[in-house]
Amino acid sequence: MDTLIQEFPQIRNGFYTTVWLLLFSGLISTVIGTVLASFRVSPVASLRALGTGYVNTFRNTPLVLVLALAISVIPTLGFNNLGFSIGIRDFTTFFTVAMLGLSFYTAAFVCEAIRSGVNSVSAGQAEAARSVGMGFGQSLRLVVLPQAFRAVIPPLTSIYIALAKNTSVVAIFGVPEAAYVMRKLSNQFTSDLWAIFIGIALGYVVIVMVISAIGTLLERKLAVAA
Amino acid sequence: MTAAARESSTASSTGPLVVLDHVNKWFGDLHVLQDINMAINRGEVVVVIGPSGSGKSTLCRAINRLETINDGSIMLDGQPLPQEGKQLANLRAEVGMVFQSFNLFAHKTILENVTLGPIKVRKLSKKDADELAQRLLDRVGVAHQANKYPAQLSGGQQQRVAIARALAMEPKVMLFDEPTSALDPEMIKEVLDVMVDLAKGGMTMIVVTHEMGFARTAADRVVFMSDGQIVEENTPDEFFTNPRSDRAKDFLGKILKH
Repeated sequence: MDTLIQEFPQIRNGFYTTVWLLLFSGLISTVIGTVLASFRVSPVASLRALGTGYVNTFRNTPLVLVLALAISVIPTLGFNNLGFSIGIRDFTTFFTVAMLGLSFYTAAFVCEAIRSGVNSVSAGQAEAARSVGMGFGQSLRLVVLPQAFRAVIPPLTSIYIALAKNTSVVAIFGVPEAAYVMRKLSNQFTSDLWAIFIGIALGYVVIVMVISAIGTLLERKLAVAA
Repeated sequence: MTAAARESSTASSTGPLVVLDHVNKWFGDLHVLQDINMAINRGEVVVVIGPSGSGKSTLCRAINRLETINDGSIMLDGQPLPQEGKQLANLRAEVGMVFQSFNLFAHKTILENVTLGPIKVRKLSKKDADELAQRLLDRVGVAHQANKYPAQLSGGQQQRVAIARALAMEPKVMLFDEPTSALDPEMIKEVLDVMVDLAKGGMTMIVVTHEMGFARTAADRVVFMSDGQIVEENTPDEFFTNPRSDRAKDFLGKILKH
């Protein structure tokens, strides 16, 4: 227990990094995933193929491989100064690259969840949208996706929860998030292993509970509007 | 030579509004539209009837290209239907469509359902679109429901909103694909009343329906389809009292003997 209290600032910083990874990757993967989903349901065959190819590649590859690839490949493409800062927080190139790897990986799952949501919206909705003269993009954006998002909140919640836990994989690549801090502390304070593990696990539980709560809230809010 | 083809060859200087010329469509092996020739004049109300599976809905949907055709041509106001893209969207804006299952946008209010097209497609200001929508909702008798969601309305009310939504685009022609088939009997009349009103107002209408009463009151012409073909077409009076083909006699015998 003493270790947890004594090393609290380090653990707290680790979780800050975890939460930042989660927020950035969550946002980016949602954007990429939505674009991919619109590719996969589009009338253009080459876009559909692109979307399918992406999903098959990233969903079928273990996250560790995606991250290892991102970390070794992205800097060699000339992107070797991807560090940035927001306010007083600085983010290293490693952070950015790992975050992008997580985003690319998660986007494949987001895409499939949204695609299933699009399929759950009756075909008549898109037909009605087209009948008043909307193009494919407009009917998707104004009519189908808003209804699809309502249906995909439960699966998306699961995907963001998985993402929250998947952020721990970037520890292997030296990004000092919660799991990295845990490994460091457990090497340093071998007599306090249980406390360290349980303390860190509780941190993740809190994050996941917050995601679930937001999901439940959104689900309830959108359900009333129906 | 069918009556429609005769009519089209002697058309007025402005020409018919919708012309179907040797239209064929297959669903796999099924020949759902077989060499359909038909011309609909401006202000004309054509009712298409026939047994299920006769291709009448497909015909209706082909006119705004919700169904593609394999062969032949469809002209709207002298222009062939565009294949895709922006031109197709523009064409659809000119053709109002009312579906059997209403298909109101479930996540939008009644008012928004009517204003969405005018705002996003016709680029009307929100204020103008709201005024237009209120006027149309008033006309179809659901103005007081403007802020509700579709699911909160009865079927008959939803279908009337769907008609208002189509009218908001100021279409040249209105297509009705079995507009009352999903309605409870007591709600059919309120929808038909709106449609009769539209017909009297001079709207060009193509109506796929089983409502013989509507055909008698409002139609200029009845087109009877069976097995993907136009079997017979005539004025409602002639068609109902004196059908010529055996298939039409058989069909009318089945539906009118109650």
